[in-house]
Amino acid sequence: MPTMLEVRGLAHRYGSYAAVENLSFTVAEDELACIVGPSGCGKSTLLRCVAGLIKPTAGGVTLHGDPVDGVPADLAVVFQDYSRSLFPWLSVRGNVEFPLRTRVSNRTERRKRAEEALAWVGLEAAGSKYPWQLSGGMQQRVSIARALACKPALLLMDEPFASVDAQTRADLEDLLLRVRREHGSTVLLVTHDIDESVYLGDRVLVLSKSPASIVADLTVTLPAQRDQIATRGSARFVELRTEIARLLHDRPGAPPPPNAANSDALAAERFLAAEREEARQQSSH
Amino acid sequence: MRPFVRGLIGLGVLLLVWDGVVRLGLVAADNLPPPAEVGARLVDLLGQEEFLRDVVATVLAWLIAVAVAVAIAVPAGLILGTIPSVRTATRMLIEFLRPIPPVALIPLTMIVVGSGPDAKIFLAVYASIWPILFNIIYALDDIDPLLLDTARSFGHRRARVLATVALPHVAPFAFTGLRLSAAIALIVTVSTEYLAASELGVGAFIITVSNSPNSMDDVLAGALVIGVLGYLVNEVLERAGRRMFRWSDTTRAEALT
Repeated sequence: MPTMLEVRGLAHRYGSYAAVENLSFTVAEDELACIVGPSGCGKSTLLRCVAGLIKPTAGGVTLHGDPVDGVPADLAVVFQDYSRSLFPWLSVRGNVEFPLRTRVSNRTERRKRAEEALAWVGLEAAGSKYPWQLSGGMQQRVSIARALACKPALLLMDEPFASVDAQTRADLEDLLLRVRREHGSTVLLVTHDIDESVYLGDRVLVLSKSPASIVADLTVTLPAQRDQIATRGSARFVELRTEIARLLHDRPGAPPPPNAANSDALAAERFLAAEREEARQQSSH
Repeated sequence: MRPFVRGLIGLGVLLLVWDGVVRLGLVAADNLPPPAEVGARLVDLLGQEEFLRDVVATVLAWLIAVAVAVAIAVPAGLILGTIPSVRTATRMLIEFLRPIPPVALIPLTMIVVGSGPDAKIFLAVYASIWPILFNIIYALDDIDPLLLDTARSFGHRRARVLATVALPHVAPFAFTGLRLSAAIALIVTVSTEYLAASELGVGAFIITVSNSPNSMDDVLAGALVIGVLGYLVNEVLERAGRRMFRWSDTTRAEALT
């Protein structure tokens, strides 16, 4: 299968702090690749570099052969925080139409495609509601519909299901699997949840603690049709998740410091602050 | 409707206390006429063309002042809120100008632009620019970076992000600023009419009648007109704001009730 995304020697540092170091991997067309790593390991930085939202310090990203410089036109991102990423002044339909504004000039065509995308996620009846009138799970379905509406070559998802309850999360996972089966999307999904990465992915890329680098690249040898109960109970699933857990937690030569959880959270906060600062500076020039 | 009824009760209590104070002789009726007398005087005045002309003059000056303030403050706020270098360059000047009370500028204004309607419009504009300006600047500071990232991730360039994200985000805050400004502009318009010896306007009416004896009913009737005008405008703007910005945090709680 042809390569959709290629990341080569990617590095990003905030001042003297390296968030990502020498990362290389590819994602094939129609593949769903999950990136799993401890929190604060630089996953979001990686995703932002791929999306062209921040410029990597070194290395490069190519999307279907074209080097990424600035945000590519045929890319969409679903962020974790749906409540902050949907535009509160736009109706659900308005939100889904938003990315089409620069892509589709015809109004009725835009409307049609938005309705279509809403139907994919089962929200055809909610078009004229406002995001804040919907539950969290429904709001995240709106952001998924919005991302799919522009038929992106690559769909990036940053911890998309981390802010919803367990049942909604399972529903959204299955929704993502169904939608990508029906529409053949290439997806790169970042998560800190090992089970989720195995359940959703065709491949799982395991990242180290920061500075992030790839520790393992596992192919998920599970049947394409997944089931929340049967798949998660299968021997292969358990094997894979155990392997990833080992890779993450007992990396030879890198014993986690005693206050690991704490320092992860701190690192995550630092990255976020540094990113905001950078974005602010960029936008002021 | 219930909040409205409650508001009427509050108003009724004020009128009762006012009436009681006069009846008990705590204040001489010449100095503070009872509410019924002021009401009757007001009805009387509203039938006089001269008084109506004063009211129209005040309302016109005030409307022009608010319109000019919006025309200055909105673009200025957007520029100051998006271009940090302009903001740092003007910060000292703005913080110096802002606390100067408009009445302190009346003598200067009278010399430079005279005591006609220009003077009160100028001072009302000066005073009512700030709430709109600062609400816009602070709202721009407050935009969620994730919303901007979202717009950027869909390939919107900077100018488009400003138009599609910053403007709608700022709108309800700017509107709140407008509501505050409208009240300030009315106060400054009438004060200037009163202090700068204007020929027309409710403020001019009040200072003219207060020179004749036993005219407190006229003075209070004039004040009443200003109060009612201010109330009506705030009410209209509040309702309009709630309709236009149903999605906004600032109005949502009220919209749901």
